[in-house]
Amino acid sequence: MRRSAIIASAVALSLALVGCSSAGTSESKDAGKDVQVVSWWAQGSEKAGYEALQKIFKEKKKDFNFVDAAVAGGGGSQAKQKLQADLDAGNPPETFQAHAGAELTDYIKAGQIEDVSALYDKFKLREVFPQSLIERLTVDGKIYSIPSNIHRANVLWYNPEVLKSAGIDPKKVPATIDDWIADMEKVKAAGKVPLTLGMNWTQTQLLETILIADLGAEGYNGLWDGKTDWAGAEVTKALKHFQKIVELAQTDSSADWEPTLNFVMDGKAAYNVMGDWAIAAFTAAKKEMDKDWMWAPVPGTQDVFDFLADSFTLPKGAKNPEGAKAWLEVIGSADGQAQFNLIKGSIPARTDVDTTKFPEYQQKAMEDFKSKTVVSSLAHGAAAPLAVSSAINDAVVKFTQGQGKDVEGLQKDLVNATKSLKK
Amino acid sequence: MRNLKKWGPPFLLILPSLILIGVFVYGLIIVNFNTSLTDAHTAATSSGNAPTNYTGFSNYVELLSSDAFLFSLRNLLIFTLVFLCGTLLIGFVWAWLLDKPIKGEGIFRSIFLFPMAVSFVASGVVWKWLLSPIEGETATGLNRLFQMVGLDFLQNPWWSDVSVGIVAITIPAIWQLSGYIMALFLAGFRGIPDELREAARVDGASEWQLYKSIIFPQLSPVALSAIIIIGHMSLKSFDLIMSIANQSVYSTKVPAIDMYVFKTTYDYANSAAVGSILLVIVAVLVIPYLIHDTRQRRK
Repeated sequence: MRRSAIIASAVALSLALVGCSSAGTSESKDAGKDVQVVSWWAQGSEKAGYEALQKIFKEKKKDFNFVDAAVAGGGGSQAKQKLQADLDAGNPPETFQAHAGAELTDYIKAGQIEDVSALYDKFKLREVFPQSLIERLTVDGKIYSIPSNIHRANVLWYNPEVLKSAGIDPKKVPATIDDWIADMEKVKAAGKVPLTLGMNWTQTQLLETILIADLGAEGYNGLWDGKTDWAGAEVTKALKHFQKIVELAQTDSSADWEPTLNFVMDGKAAYNVMGDWAIAAFTAAKKEMDKDWMWAPVPGTQDVFDFLADSFTLPKGAKNPEGAKAWLEVIGSADGQAQFNLIKGSIPARTDVDTTKFPEYQQKAMEDFKSKTVVSSLAHGAAAPLAVSSAINDAVVKFTQGQGKDVEGLQKDLVNATKSLKK
Repeated sequence: MRNLKKWGPPFLLILPSLILIGVFVYGLIIVNFNTSLTDAHTAATSSGNAPTNYTGFSNYVELLSSDAFLFSLRNLLIFTLVFLCGTLLIGFVWAWLLDKPIKGEGIFRSIFLFPMAVSFVASGVVWKWLLSPIEGETATGLNRLFQMVGLDFLQNPWWSDVSVGIVAITIPAIWQLSGYIMALFLAGFRGIPDELREAARVDGASEWQLYKSIIFPQLSPVALSAIIIIGHMSLKSFDLIMSIANQSVYSTKVPAIDMYVFKTTYDYANSAAVGSILLVIVAVLVIPYLIHDTRQRRK
């Protein structure tokens, strides 16, 4: 009896120990030099651009080890889950990718990221970033991230052959949403799909461009600071436009942006509204601009640059802040921005990068970024905090899945979703 | 002292698992419930940068009065009912057919049981393609098949229909678990001794009477376990819906998806509240079964 008691207690003890032992994993010797970078650039042109940045970092910052912590998943949905858990556990990476603008509000309010204004002075970024961008990044006088690139969201991609077959001149871009709808009806009559829509944020992105077209840049900006009434008649007009377009569109709410763009590429659909990362998809499919595909600003938004940016942060409590700053320096450097954006298809945030090396679209985009009115994209976290944009996404999908019948309900849901913006 | 000698060693042996379950199951249920009573709706509260206050049951009240959450509950109810009826019916019929001596029974058994070996996420990827909601010229999956064989009228939006879309998700779920229910019922059929059937036949019972009075009553415990297993699985259904539609789709929302979405937007209080509601629903189903089971054993 006694012996069995001893064995039992030994077993009990060892089982209890097993439960604890996994915590003590060995740390590498150079842990102090590691720079862990969390991003969602895990495939395609994004990955290639990211690798170009890593190469520069490895050459210029030999004191540090680069640790790639990229997590795949469209729009960063998976990477953000992992990041959220790590930040809540007080185990932040050295730096992480985040959409610049209002999406950072959550991290700022949670006290999870540092003010990097001092780095802007140190790296002399204030002189090279456009003033309008600096304003957009500043929250209560402080800046919390360094952008690596600028994207445009209000771009209409279309297949000239499909338009020709419907009797539309592809060079004549419709000037207003109404003209555009008329063209889409022609495409539908010719037996092709007028427009393709994918998962929630692609639908929100379409809605946001329609809002810009119908409300103008100023009215659209007012939606985010409470000056424009979400319940107002102008919004209703935009929502009715949205309703008509949704009726004409082919929607698959579970599809990412690329499969829906493929319909345009393959000549089965006429239009798709997507950010300018779509170029990478056309390039990968070896399609030529002006022959296989054409682009224009979404009708009615010709004078607007609907902006979003990827940026990197300095989390509070990172183990190696010096390493993080070294990475941020590379991100903000002229060399880093040129190499990265050449490959990714976006444009540099710096204005002093040599533009002649860039392809035609990017040159035009750089010009537009300087000359057009810049507004913040809702679908990509620049205009509103995560909770708001996520509630808007939900309302939009609810509307499109109800076959777009209930404009009144959509407007009510949008008013509810944006309640927290009014202070 | 004597008692200690008798109970001590076995108690010590199960002590580690008692502690682990106590902390990681029951402890965390309490923490979860506690969170659901607070106003931790933002990133600031989750990091401790803003104070968290108790708000009583207000999260529950708000959830249960919001149309969106009621829609999720409605979806859950439809999903559970269709999933339950489908698997029970198909599983039972297969078991009944296999119960009669037929050639190659083993092969049929494997074929029917095989889908269960595939995980929901893996089969979900295939079903996502099969149940593609796109109709007409550009259709893929089943809609394309219907189009090719000239049954165009059968094309439908599958899961993306708001009113009955959730039923489309039960198709792969039923496909996957009917075989398991078949195995349960088959074991039930085999557990009934042949003597009973023969005795009934000798007494002049018809085949229908035999099933009705002898076999079905003996199968009721099996049916009850099947209901419990399928029922609690469907209440927790998450992976299949995530891989066919995804968390952003409105028509296939269920509470487990809501929980994930709330968690993603730092709304930990509402996420915890949905979790507690789900726990209560599962408990309502499982506890009567456990009570019933213990009573049976005592007899």
